[in-house]
Amino acid sequence: MISRPLVAIVDYGIGNLHSAQKGFEHAGADARLTADRGLISDAAGVVLPGVGAFAPCMAALGRTGLDEAAVAAAGSGRPFMGICVGMQVLFAGSDEAPGTSGLGVFDRMVRWIPGPVKRPQMQWNVLRRSRAHPMLDGLDDPIWAYFVHSLAPETPDAEDVVATCDYGGPVVAAVARGSVWAAQFHPEKSSRVGLRILANFVNAVRAEP
Amino acid sequence: MRVARIIPCLDVDAGRVVKGVNFVDIRDAGDPVELAARYDAGGADELVFLDITASSDRRDTTVAMARAVADEVFIPFTIGGGIRTLDDARRLLRAGADKVSVNTAAVRRPELVSEISREFGAQCCVVAIDARTSTQAPSGYEVFTHGGRTRTGIDCQQWAAEVERLGAGEILLTSMDRDGTKEGFELHLTSMVSTTVGIPVIASGGAGTLDHLVEGVIAGKADAVLAASIFHYAEHSIAEAKTRMAQAGIKIRPT
Repeated sequence: MISRPLVAIVDYGIGNLHSAQKGFEHAGADARLTADRGLISDAAGVVLPGVGAFAPCMAALGRTGLDEAAVAAAGSGRPFMGICVGMQVLFAGSDEAPGTSGLGVFDRMVRWIPGPVKRPQMQWNVLRRSRAHPMLDGLDDPIWAYFVHSLAPETPDAEDVVATCDYGGPVVAAVARGSVWAAQFHPEKSSRVGLRILANFVNAVRAEP
Repeated sequence: MRVARIIPCLDVDAGRVVKGVNFVDIRDAGDPVELAARYDAGGADELVFLDITASSDRRDTTVAMARAVADEVFIPFTIGGGIRTLDDARRLLRAGADKVSVNTAAVRRPELVSEISREFGAQCCVVAIDARTSTQAPSGYEVFTHGGRTRTGIDCQQWAAEVERLGAGEILLTSMDRDGTKEGFELHLTSMVSTTVGIPVIASGGAGTLDHLVEGVIAGKADAVLAASIFHYAEHSIAEAKTRMAQAGIKIRPT
């Protein structure tokens, strides 16, 4: 029997986490919404979701003390996944919230999507692989994912970038370094493609000793 | 790359899909989960559920429906209709809706748009605008509420700009002149609003053929097209619609 590893979805009071939980359950995890630091540090995998805006997410993480728990989990070597604004807060800061520091797991900035395009990008778009990564295992090109965002991490050609999408130019869609994965799109809203990405993460969780 | 979305719209009453959904081999035509899953499998990009429940005490069933859909279906969905307060929005979003759409309540109290946007983010705050031609409105279109029955004296173009400023993340624009006619979208209205605002605009009202969907994106400059009857009665599949759009040079997510 395939194990259902415990994946803690960090619940710091922001947004609708129901779909994320159900998505990870579909992908084979024992997915729990939790604000319990003990559970987050014990879980085999940790997910940091986030919607809305950078500053309220950082404020809520700070208020609940879960900012430290998230940074510790991202540095623990256990599989970790940031989603949407939960990806953006892993960076140093954001154009959206000057003066608000991010968690600094990645050391560059999140910027407004440039150019004469509608913001938010609210649509399905194609992931363009920047390099091979287990996040996109088992998916045939073109890989379509659902995006809702007005900002994205800078430097689409950075080494940690897994995929970009084209929205008035290359826009960072996914990054990963070591055990930390992050997606600007919403895998839990990207139908079969998204569920496969979540399953790839759960497989990475299972592979951990 | 700008990719047009196709959004089937389902009317729900007390948590059940009503009015004219007629797929073959469907077990329960009123089950929102079954229909949503069907549309997901068929390649719909998003779904809109329009809650026509009249009495507020039955709205709990709409929240339960949002939860049931979110349990099983992994594409974005919006719930609109009868959302009057921030708490109404909160309950639906917590239950798993990705977006809520406000209309009459936003006209009555525009701060509601800001409140939803501030608390949950612009991405989940859709403002539905029902517009009708009017010689008295500077843009030629006036905003109506209460399902198109009540005129407001508000100019549609000005209101669109205002809701963007208030924090809306998207506009669901319905032509009351065309709604239900199957004569096609009101393209002048659609392009006017879409070029006025910097947020996505969903064209609604009047789609009766696949070519209407194409026109909505090309001439109407809409970011997404909403349709009900052409899909529900299985006159056309989402795949056919996307094929037609792709033939017309519109970028779409293939089914």
